[in-house]
Parts: sequence; structure tokens; C-alpha cells
Amino acid sequence: MIKFSDKQLKIPKLMRPVYLATVGMSKFDRAFPETRTEELCIQALTAAADFVNMTPSELKQYIHTCYYGHFADHFGDQLLGESVIHDRLGLDPLGNIGVKTGGATGGSTMWEAVKAVASGYSDCALALGWERMDEVPTDEGNHLISAAADKDWETPLGHIYTGYYAVMAQRYWKIFGKEEDSFRDTMAEIAVKNRGYARMNPYAHGPMKITIEDVKNSPLVAYPLRVLDCCLMSVGSACGIVCDEKTAYEITDNPLRIYIAAGSHTLRVADRRNMAIPLLPNENPETYKDLGKRFPGSDRYPGFTGFLAARMAAYYAYRMAGIGDPIEDLDVIELHDAFTISDIQSYEDVGLRHYGEGRDYIESGDAYLINPKTKKPGKLPSNLSGGLIGCMHAVGATGLMQIAEIGYHIWNRWDEIHEPQEKWDEFNRKKPDDWASLQVKDAKRGLAISHAGVGSHVTATILMNPNNLLKED
Amino acid sequence: MPKTENEKGFVDVVNGRYKPKGVFHILEANQPIFNKDTGKLVGITNPRDMTYIHSYGGEAPFFEGLGKGKLIASRCDNDKCNTKGSIYQPFRIYCPDCLRKNTIIDMTDLAKTTAKIHSYIITHRSGAFNSLPIPIKFINVEFEGVVTILMSVLAVGEPEIDKRVVPIFNTKAPTYTITDLRFVVEGTSESELPEGFTF
Repeated sequence: MIKFSDKQLKIPKLMRPVYLATVGMSKFDRAFPETRTEELCIQALTAAADFVNMTPSELKQYIHTCYYGHFADHFGDQLLGESVIHDRLGLDPLGNIGVKTGGATGGSTMWEAVKAVASGYSDCALALGWERMDEVPTDEGNHLISAAADKDWETPLGHIYTGYYAVMAQRYWKIFGKEEDSFRDTMAEIAVKNRGYARMNPYAHGPMKITIEDVKNSPLVAYPLRVLDCCLMSVGSACGIVCDEKTAYEITDNPLRIYIAAGSHTLRVADRRNMAIPLLPNENPETYKDLGKRFPGSDRYPGFTGFLAARMAAYYAYRMAGIGDPIEDLDVIELHDAFTISDIQSYEDVGLRHYGEGRDYIESGDAYLINPKTKKPGKLPSNLSGGLIGCMHAVGATGLMQIAEIGYHIWNRWDEIHEPQEKWDEFNRKKPDDWASLQVKDAKRGLAISHAGVGSHVTATILMNPNNLLKED
Repeated sequence: MPKTENEKGFVDVVNGRYKPKGVFHILEANQPIFNKDTGKLVGITNPRDMTYIHSYGGEAPFFEGLGKGKLIASRCDNDKCNTKGSIYQPFRIYCPDCLRKNTIIDMTDLAKTTAKIHSYIITHRSGAFNSLPIPIKFINVEFEGVVTILMSVLAVGEPEIDKRVVPIFNTKAPTYTITDLRFVVEGTSESELPEGFTF
């Protein structure tokens, strides 16, 4: 049993309030054979300027330091890719740095930018991420991804990251899912939901109108996971610009407050040791007293069934921002749905449900914009962008895309970004005849979870309308 | 096509320095990529064949042990450490808590008598450079008294949670990689083992 000290569990504090002034995204796709990475990054930054009615030149005048999220140098065959992008964005001679934390790279990039502003080093910082995953064949891509596991102890075992991840899914499936057909259906429902929401998103490259049966009949990847349970592999860019209060209000009349925290855990799941469950504000020591009885085999924490890094990111972030119960205090959420089953696991890590009860978040209808059971608004809609399963997973950009999508809801400008026919035409995508707005009505607060691999890094970003804060500074 | 001996790179260490010999990369010309619809140039291929020189450092005893039929682990014996006595498999050179060097121990017998499956997955896909037979049966193995859970593959039998397994080792033609260690379900006979492997 390992323990953490009070100093390690200190709730992080930003030395001054930080605001999200604007965000932007490029089109996302599986491949861009005729587009260079910098073109996608320029698309994202230009979109951020458009969003606050500025030219890119005007917006750039505010930026003081730059944080670039780009995970896999070997995919793009370019070391110091950050310098290439920085130059092409015309941001020299500003200080810049690259951030790499696997699938959480986008969130971690924002983490760095927020700290730069909070500390006073910068009044305005750019967080911009991208990924280029189309420059090698898929099997070599699988090898390159597996190189993010331990190269001596894991990579030689199949050179396939899904295998290292899916052993956790298997354990969760057996212990908490109890191998029930109904649980399998709930997993599939997530794929149906997220791909369905992606249909309303012109940026998304995995939209599908499918059924639970379609998911269950899709090709097997690693039991119980099938192709339609798994996220996309994408190319694209996304960004956000964070500022102190004065600068934020110079850029826009409506900046959002931003809080962010990060957690980590072992790169190899093999190294996970036992510990007590770190409790979120909506839990108490009694919450898990009989967990082992209700779910035999769940006596190890986090074992293979929880993500400690996600739990710690939420542990810090909720207390930073004053969140008591995420279901009650938040209005919209973007989760890292790398796989349907890991999406369920993360509901528990971030406290949407207690450990062992994650499936209920879907089955209750809370996770939908409109609860399919009650036909009323869902309590906390998740992944209205389509998530990683339906929208994209361009690793370094993913966490920033999620933050942007949460922002659009709180700004009440989701329709403006996703509806215009011109955007669908520009991206050469067909707008569905049954297109419908997914704007969350009166959204005031949201959360985005950015997650790496088997759980080595996770960030939790909370956005709030400044008029609806939960805690005094 | 596998490389011939003349196309491979080899390395020794002499007087504390790497001494490479042989071929470490093979040059291959790039090829243009054209858009078949427009006839215009889109880009180029960048073929590359390289061989890395990698040190196992303090983990070398583990990888050398596999070829000798031994499962080497490590244990923290620091009296001042809160987690003294913890046995690590995967082998850790240093204790993650006190950062003192762990004691190297042989846990082959412990593995033979207590190993069982904690979780597993069967995958029909692999990445480039995979050397394992498909489908791959990934297993995570618990050992009595070991605080971590080793990832490996099941070479013979069907995986189930809590099923007893025993280690096998590539002792006849070791590759000195983690693939020299695999597991089989308890009761497997020597004749069922993959080529080159022994108990």
C-alpha cells in the first residue's frame, strides 16, 4: 500500500485568475495527402482570430509565449517540429516550448500555458497542438504508437498498444461489467451516441448513423473491443489562447475562467501498486466500504480497473474550482473516449458515478443532450463533439479540441461553429438532412479530460462563465 | 525479406566503448508521390532502415537471465524505506520509494509455483516488426508476494482470470528480449512448448 503526503496532495493554486479568450480548430481527417501540418495549424490559429473578430496579425500582437503540443516526432519524421510551426505561424522571437504527454498532450499543453499566465510570466499565451499520423502505413503506425509503451518490457510484445490497453478493459469487463450482455450493449451505446453526435460536426471525420448491433457485429480487435468501440486515428490541429483578466477583456467581451490540473500514473500497468482510493468531494470513506463484496476481484485500487491519473486530475481540479458534485455543478463534459469501455472507467475516475457504477451514467440517459428515456435534457451531456470515437484523435490536438468544444457551449456559440453550410462545403463534407443543434442550453460550466495511453498522464480542464464561479479567488 | 548476415549490424563493447561492425543502414532512394487524378506532385517517400544501439544498463541481469531459464526480480532491502521487502517484477533497478538500489533476486521457483493470470486479452492484430505468432494472448501475471503484475504472453493454453500458469524460457536461441519469456497453462508438457523454449 503506498501513501501520498499532504504536500503531494496540496490543492494547486493559480496566483491570479486565468481566462480562455478564444479557441480554434482545423478540419480533422484520417489523412491530408496534399496539406502540410503548418497549413492545419494556421487554419486553427486563424479560426481563433476569426472567433474574436480579429485578423491573425491582430491576435498575434497579444501573444507573449507559446506552448506547442505535438506528441510523436517519429510519425512526422521531424524533430523540433514545434520550431517549424512556430516559424510558420510568424511568432518569432517569442519563447516557445514543446509539450509531450502522449494522448494527454493537448491538455498538458494548456496546463503549461495556464501556469505561464497564472504566474505572471505572460499576460497572454498560446496553446496549440497538432498531430501528423498519416505519413506511415497503419501497421508501422501501430508500431510507432507501441513505442510509447516501455520499449524493453512491452513494445516487443506484438508492437500493438491496443493489447497493453485492452487487458485493463478485460479486467473491468469481468469484474464490474460481469460479462453481462447488457453491459456489452451499454459499451456499444457509447459508440452509437458519440458517432451520432459527430454527424452534426463538420470538423469530425468519424460520423456514423449506427445501431448497437452494428457495433457488436463490427470486426473484433481484442475481445471484448471491436472496431467500432475504438477511437479514430487522425490528423489536425486545435488551439486556445489564455490571458490574465485585463488582456482577456481586451480581446473579447466574453472570456471564460479556466482551471486546470494534472495527474499521472505508471507508464506500464505492470507497475501499479495498491493504495487507498483518493476521494473526490462527492465521496466519503463509507462510499467504497463494500466495493469488494459487490464486485468480487475489485479489492486492488487502482488495479487494472481505474485510472489513478484521471482520479488525481479530478481530485485537484474540482477542489481548485469549487466543484462539489460534477453531475450537479457541470453542464457539459468532453471525455477521452479512446475506447468505449475506458470511457465508462473514466466516469468513475472523475466522479460522475462511484467506482463500479459507471455504466449507469449512460443507462440513466444523463450522458445525452436529450435523455432518451425522459425526453428531457440530460443532466450532463458528454462528447457532443463526437469525441475521439466520432470526431478525431489527432493526439497533440485532441485535448485542445475538447476544450474548444466545451468553450463553444458556454459561449453559446456552438451553432455558429457547426451549422453554417459554407463550413460543410469548405470541408467537402455533406451536412446531414436531419442536422440538429447540439448546443447545451444555458451552459455555464464544463469539463474536458485529456488522457494518455494506459493512464500515464491526465489533465482536467474546467471552464466557467465568470458570472457563475463556484469559489472565491 | 530477412536480411543476410552481410546486411546486419553487430556491436561489442571493448574498453567501455561501443565497437560497431557490419551494416547499420541500407540506402534506398526516395520515390515521388503523384495525385493520380491531377497528375501533380504531392510529395515523396522517405525510406529508411536503421539499427539502434541500446543499453539495458542495470536491467541487463533480467534479460540475460531469461536465456538461462531464470526469472530475475529485485527487492528493496533498505531498512529505512517504508516499502522495504517489496519485490518488483518487472525488475526495477532502484526502489521507486527510497531510490536505493534494489537487491537482485531469483524468483524462478516462486513464479513456477504461484503465477496466475490477473487479466488477459487476445488480439488478432499486431504492429510492424511483431515477431510473435498471431493471435497474441496477452496475459498479466500475479505472483505471490510480488507487489506488481507482469505483462507477458501465453504460449500454450487458453487464458482465464486466476488460471495458474508457469514460465517458459527461450534458452536454446535467446533473443535477449522480453519475448524470451512466455507462459503456458499449468500442466503443459515439454513437447507442447514453442521451438527453442524450455521450462
